[in-house]
Amino acid sequence: MKVILRNPRREVDVAGNRRVKEILRELDIIPETVLVICGDDLVTADQVVREGDTIELRPVMSGGGASSR
Amino acid sequence: MKCRKCGEPAVLELRRHNAAFCAPDFLEFFRNQVREAIRKHRMFTRDETVLVAVSGGKDSLALWDVLIDDGYRTTGLYLDLGIFEYSVESKAKCEKFAAARGVPLTVSAVRDEVGAPVPVIKDVTRRPPCSGCGLSKRYLMNKVALEQGMLVVATGHNLDDEAATLFGSVMHWRTDALPRQSPALASTHPKLVRRVKPLYRLSERETAAFAFLRKIDYIVEECPFAKGATSITHKEILSRMEDASPGAKHNFLFGFLDRARPAFERAEALVLNECARCGQVTTGTICAFCKLADQVKRRVVS
Ligand code: SF4
Ligand SMILES: [Zn+2]
Ligand SMILES: [Zn+2]
Repeated sequence: MKVILRNPRREVDVAGNRRVKEILRELDIIPETVLVICGDDLVTADQVVREGDTIELRPVMSGGGASSR
Repeated sequence: MKCRKCGEPAVLELRRHNAAFCAPDFLEFFRNQVREAIRKHRMFTRDETVLVAVSGGKDSLALWDVLIDDGYRTTGLYLDLGIFEYSVESKAKCEKFAAARGVPLTVSAVRDEVGAPVPVIKDVTRRPPCSGCGLSKRYLMNKVALEQGMLVVATGHNLDDEAATLFGSVMHWRTDALPRQSPALASTHPKLVRRVKPLYRLSERETAAFAFLRKIDYIVEECPFAKGATSITHKEILSRMEDASPGAKHNFLFGFLDRARPAFERAEALVLNECARCGQVTTGTICAFCKLADQVKRRVVS
């Protein structure tokens, strides 16, 4: 499957049908720091992503300094 | 994973609440957390107009979305920081959001108010960009609110922002900063408006999920100066703690607010004056913003 990462935008390939949880572990990403997006949907850590699918791991962390964001 | 409310397949797991939700029930959970924040801290009423500081990011636009849908009277405030492509794009996102919902948006440019955009202020002052930027933002929010006759400014600070700020303050024992950290800061002077943070009960993963599910077109790219900011380092540390022990961030922040913050409130109140230059509130004679603008003018002219 294709995994899209952001900031900076890049793509990695992960082989086989895998649980989201395992993909995150393999890429060393803390689950709390990303949304896992598949098409128009969000997917939970226990869901399986299939070989041909594309998922985006969108970071949720924002900001540097103070105030409005 | 199933939704805690209705048993349908879940789209988001909230480990700190030991729950998972389907999309409609998550959106309702999110709105209820905002309502609870507004109620608990009496942030504002339906009779007032709320100035919502928007950056084009997920948090502030999610906040604005909830307030509009709940029938609050709002005006958006976009502060144009002049940070290259990031500012151009984030401004466009705010304008598009406001136009689609038919709500007013005020734009104020740091370049016009200080005399130079944030990247130039950074060079002139030789201080981290976030320092001049944060100072300008706080000042301009208050100024615009006063000019437009509004008594309250709402910002999109979430649980992670607040926990990271608290962490930073505690790491350096900035005891003067601790009492000022609150979901709602009352006005302590006629020229200081109330400042509230209705998202303080929601994590940034929750605000991102809300923005995504509501199809809010927000800017995913970060301000180029955010990289390397200490608050980001603190957020990363807190996220690791949260991963190991769900609820850690929540307990850290809420424990402080409920039990520790009162102990740091200063007995003697600060004396507040009006700046001799601009009339806004300061503890000195000339406010920090006017000093910054002076410094920029001297350097940019010479
Ligand atoms: S990261 Fe720093 S410079 Fe960028 S918008 Fe935030 S406070 Fe301003
Ligand atoms: Zn449900
Ligand atoms: Zn001043």
